[in-house]
Amino acid sequence: MSISQTSAIAPGRAKAALGALRKVAASFAVILTTLLGLLVITFVVGRMVPADPVIAVIGDQADHETYERVYKEMGLDQPLYVQFATYLGNVAHLDFGQSHVTKNAVSSDLARVFPATLELATLATLIGAGFGIPLGIISAVRKGTWVDHLARIVGLLGHSTPIFWLGTIVILVFYAKFGLIPGSGRLDVYNEGLVDGPTHSILVDAVLAGEWEVFGDALLHVAAPALILGYAAMAYLSRMSRSFMLEQLRQEYVLTAKAKGLGQRAIVWRHAFRNIRVQLLTIVALAYCGLLDGTVLIETVFAWPGLGQYLTSALFFADMNAVLGSVLLIGIISIAINLLSDLTYRFLDPRTR
Amino acid sequence: MPEQTKPILSVKNMSVQFPSLSGVVSAVRNLSFEVGREKVGIIGESGSGKSTTGRAIMRLQPATARVVADEMRFEDVDLLTASEAEMRAIRGSRISMILQDPKYSLNPVMTVGEQIAETVILHERLGRKAARERTLAMLERVNIRDPQRVFNLYPHEVSGGMGQRIMISMMLISSPSLIIADEPTSALDVTVRQQVLSILDDLISERNIGLIFISHDLNLVKSFCDRVIIMYAGRIVETIDASKLDQATHPYTRGLLEALPSLDHPRDRLEVLKRQASWAEA
Ligand SMILES: Nc1ncnc2c1ncn2[C@@H]1O[C@H](COP(=O)(O)OP(=O)(O)O)[C@@H](O)[C@H]1O
Ligand SMILES: [Mg+2]
Repeated sequence: MSISQTSAIAPGRAKAALGALRKVAASFAVILTTLLGLLVITFVVGRMVPADPVIAVIGDQADHETYERVYKEMGLDQPLYVQFATYLGNVAHLDFGQSHVTKNAVSSDLARVFPATLELATLATLIGAGFGIPLGIISAVRKGTWVDHLARIVGLLGHSTPIFWLGTIVILVFYAKFGLIPGSGRLDVYNEGLVDGPTHSILVDAVLAGEWEVFGDALLHVAAPALILGYAAMAYLSRMSRSFMLEQLRQEYVLTAKAKGLGQRAIVWRHAFRNIRVQLLTIVALAYCGLLDGTVLIETVFAWPGLGQYLTSALFFADMNAVLGSVLLIGIISIAINLLSDLTYRFLDPRTR
Repeated sequence: MPEQTKPILSVKNMSVQFPSLSGVVSAVRNLSFEVGREKVGIIGESGSGKSTTGRAIMRLQPATARVVADEMRFEDVDLLTASEAEMRAIRGSRISMILQDPKYSLNPVMTVGEQIAETVILHERLGRKAARERTLAMLERVNIRDPQRVFNLYPHEVSGGMGQRIMISMMLISSPSLIIADEPTSALDVTVRQQVLSILDDLISERNIGLIFISHDLNLVKSFCDRVIIMYAGRIVETIDASKLDQATHPYTRGLLEALPSLDHPRDRLEVLKRQASWAEA
């Protein structure tokens, strides 16, 4: 019997391993295709927008010869596929061209503004997940009670309150009226430049440098925008966690767990929670991606020098290299987050291994 | 009263109701029965209230259900007044339940060993290592030849028959005195059904456990159980020794028997089951 059992399962295992490998390969293929699509789009858009890239560089006062020279210098006389290959090569070297507004290389601009956005979005995601997931789960477990109703009202409000409006109100009340929070930026002027690198997240850098005063100041600055974004994320995450958990609590294995004598806490956190980790990971990753490119409004309200603000002003001044560089960065980060969550869920769910 | 039939469970006038939009549904009505250290079958068609009965005994009915009874006594415990903590201490250790389909009744993301060990960790306060030893011994007891390997498998990696043996291990490892098995073989292939039943049978007689065996398979209950409770529309229509089933007098029971195909007495047509509203009111 043991022989027949072993042989019945061993080929199944091998097959499963092969299947898992195929799935990983498939998800890499999807990612490569997505990346290529993204590059094609940024390339084509860069070539199609009515703003003339040459004029953007030399200004409309320059003479015809200068125009011709720069036109050739920029490789615009080459066939499209050559231009695309050049573009790919440049992107691979993190060369997104020069910003016509800041006169810096777009890549160094991005290296400066992106950490600010990353810091804000990461903090907001942590706040959203840290409060939203337990809230959703508690409201599923206590379905129909006042806890559930309260949680759902809080969630619904967060979902239907425009971030821009909430941000403005917070500024008006807590900054303008009570002076409780700093109104804009990442730091007070006298703290600026005290820490530099290696991560360009001021919070992390300040801790690494042991500059606690800077850390406190940075925390005070990031608190309001991060809480507002985190609240919006929390609304989404709690609603989703609630429905994931409700679905699990209806499953038969929960009845088994009860029949075994387990208490509610063990059933919810040891049994049901393990079954929703994959789903939670997916929506947290989604929320994180959403926050990374969704910080535009909040960055505007709080004068947060991040990617959102950079992108907004780049669009405003038709600074195409800056726009495409930003879009590409956001795209690549989103793809990376998705890849990461995809790989992690293979680890978390035995059935997908 | 002989030891064999001295009741471990005694239920008097138990009713279970579900409030619904169109009024109250009475799933179980005025049920009275006793279970000793014996195998009692509960049989009835789908929707007759068998599962509801089993769950109500363990207080595992859905939150919306209302259970009332004149008496529900398990050994020295009054199930009607026991606290929730007392009920938790009883479940899995003194009364256990085996569910129908291991595909759904086992947690898909926990290894089967972990799930079995959880029962003894909970009820006997065993450490991980001791619980593992106990689990391996229990797996061996249900004829799993390679417990070390099976311990680390996930439910989707085991067959239905093995899954049900794992379920039995999980529910019997803490030596309960009463087991409620809710259609434990209905989801299994006919070929492994007998195997699982004989393992269950061995363990039950070896440990002198009382069994409530819920089924809709009259032939199975007839051969497996000592006594049979026949339910119809939430009521008991008849309780009868399994050996005397053929002499049953109630028209519903007779109908069930006559609707059975038989190799000894081949018939051209099987009887259609007769129903009468009065049986549900009796
Ligand atoms: N959660 C529930 N809500 C409402 N009615 C229910 C629920 N569970 C069972 N019932 C009703 O109780 C009756 C008996 O169901 P059940 O005990 O599952 O029958 P059986 O196990 O004999 O097939 C059915 O008529 C069913 O509609
Ligand atoms: Mg049933």
